[in-house]
Amino acid sequence: MSLFDWFANREKNQPVAPQGHQEREIADGLWTKCPKCSVLTYTKDLQANLQVCVDCHHHMRVGSTERIHQLIDAKTWTPLHEDICPMDPLEFRDRKAYKDRLREYQAKTHLNDAVQIGTGLLDGLPVALGVMDFSFMGGSMGSVVGEKLTRLIEYGTQEGLTVIIVCASGGARMQEGMLSLMQMAKISGALERHRQAKLLYIPILTNPTMGGVTASFAMLGDVILAEPKAVIGFAGRRVIEQTIREKLPDDFQTAEYLLNCGFVDAIVPRTQLKRTLAQLISLHQPFFPVNTSPADHHTIPSTHIIEAHTPA
Amino acid sequence: MSATKNRPFLLTFEKPLCELESRIEQIRELARENNVDVSEQIRELEAKADQLRQEIFSSLTPAQRLQLARHPRRPSTLDYIQAMCDEWLELHGDRSGNDDPALVGGVARLGGMPVVMLGHQKGRDTKDNVLRNFGMASPGGYRKALRLMEHANRFGMPILTFIDTPGAWAGVEAEKLGQGEAIAYNLREMFSFDVPILCTVIGEGGSGGALGIGVGDRILMFEHAVYTVATPEACAAILWKDAAKAPQAAAALKITAWDLKNFGILDEILPEPSSGAHSDPIGAAQGLKASLLKNLEVLLSLTPAERREARYQKFRAIGQFHDLSA
Repeated sequence: MSLFDWFANREKNQPVAPQGHQEREIADGLWTKCPKCSVLTYTKDLQANLQVCVDCHHHMRVGSTERIHQLIDAKTWTPLHEDICPMDPLEFRDRKAYKDRLREYQAKTHLNDAVQIGTGLLDGLPVALGVMDFSFMGGSMGSVVGEKLTRLIEYGTQEGLTVIIVCASGGARMQEGMLSLMQMAKISGALERHRQAKLLYIPILTNPTMGGVTASFAMLGDVILAEPKAVIGFAGRRVIEQTIREKLPDDFQTAEYLLNCGFVDAIVPRTQLKRTLAQLISLHQPFFPVNTSPADHHTIPSTHIIEAHTPA
Repeated sequence: MSATKNRPFLLTFEKPLCELESRIEQIRELARENNVDVSEQIRELEAKADQLRQEIFSSLTPAQRLQLARHPRRPSTLDYIQAMCDEWLELHGDRSGNDDPALVGGVARLGGMPVVMLGHQKGRDTKDNVLRNFGMASPGGYRKALRLMEHANRFGMPILTFIDTPGAWAGVEAEKLGQGEAIAYNLREMFSFDVPILCTVIGEGGSGGALGIGVGDRILMFEHAVYTVATPEACAAILWKDAAKAPQAAAALKITAWDLKNFGILDEILPEPSSGAHSDPIGAAQGLKASLLKNLEVLLSLTPAERREARYQKFRAIGQFHDLSA
């Protein structure tokens, strides 16, 4: 037996750690294991790195509250319409009643439904921000998500704000039937008005962005950003595999794939997201020639500005 | 028995009615051959058939309605256009390299008025269905629709859309060409048009693929048509983990015209001929035409700004939730 064989055998003969033991270690909360490369990171370090694996740069899922902290300047967040709660208009029941499902998710996530909206400053720039939460029924879009995002966009239009929506959703919420589907139209209508007002809208596509969300507000940005490797698509991968009966390439429906197809403007690592957004917003602010101070223009009606430039 | 053979695509729940009708026909023929007067008996049997028909079609389950909505003989978009219009010229292409046969459109004259009509097109038989991709439109189809609607808006022609699709095409090519983006653009742009928009669900309204041409001032729907967030088959596979539970899913999803009327999504339910639109396509087309013209008259009396505002408010109001702060 060579030395190498001895090493190989030793490895094989090592007692395998029971599954439960491994999970307990992670459930401790002190350390988090990267689902991609299995490297353990001190949870607080991972949080400081915005839930991006320090080793392989895998972007882990971020809850809506943490995402708001990541993007909005400290102590500037004002939530809007937190009291809108879901109903069960279809009295839907599959293997479980929708009402019970809702209660479970509300208890688990401490959220009323799958989106948080509000206003705040992003590097000092005022924005209207909506953040979907995948942990609430897969971020599915029902009446509440539709209503809150519509109110957010309408508020943005009224106040002249840039709207940013962080998308994370499996699509429309089947348990609310056609009412869910119609939220796609409702939100798109609000975006049409925001667009008419010549205001900036930036959706951020995170893992996953699918179905009715892709086929509405996710794809209607003036500029569309995506996180690395996020799965983005209309039809689910399995549905397509079933219809064409062949295996799809690994990168199919990833952010990188969409970038190649021309449907995403840029893939932005999470650690650069806030900076990129601030840059984009400031680039889209009205430009005034250097000899006049911008502060004047907020108070002086536009006709006066023209006069100021007319040679005497 | 021969009657069931003579009528292909007979649905299970239509069978008793079909058998009764064929028996009446047999008796009538026998009487004619033997010169006997059986008009009294025939009148009685026909009354019975009418009653049976009424019973069957007034108590259809959502799953049975879905079968009717998908009936191979159900009139399609082009059938209705040809039956309703004085003139019709189909226009092709999305101007970006595609012409999708699953979504057709063109310029037409309806009741003397120039309009743009467009809709999903299912096939008549297997060969035609392969060409039409079973009415499942690709991004090119939605972009053709958008191009035609922009055309209508520029020339002040009302837009009439006809919805009849199991859903937008789920394929590699469709994803590559931006199925989501194509539908999303239509949703947004349909809110911006000045001209009246009437959307009619004529058969199967399937998910985002239906909504992609479904934003209008008025949403109409035939009584046996269905409109659903996801096909009951897909819903059953996802929520019940069993595609065979599709009939339960069809009931749970609330997909009938009456359900949609209750939710405030639908404006008008169009009655169908007594045995469904496929039993009398011309009759169904006449009913549709009358309703379209009546609705257009109302909409044309509004200003473009009033129409846009009302369209926005119509969709703005859809959804059910508790607002605890209100």
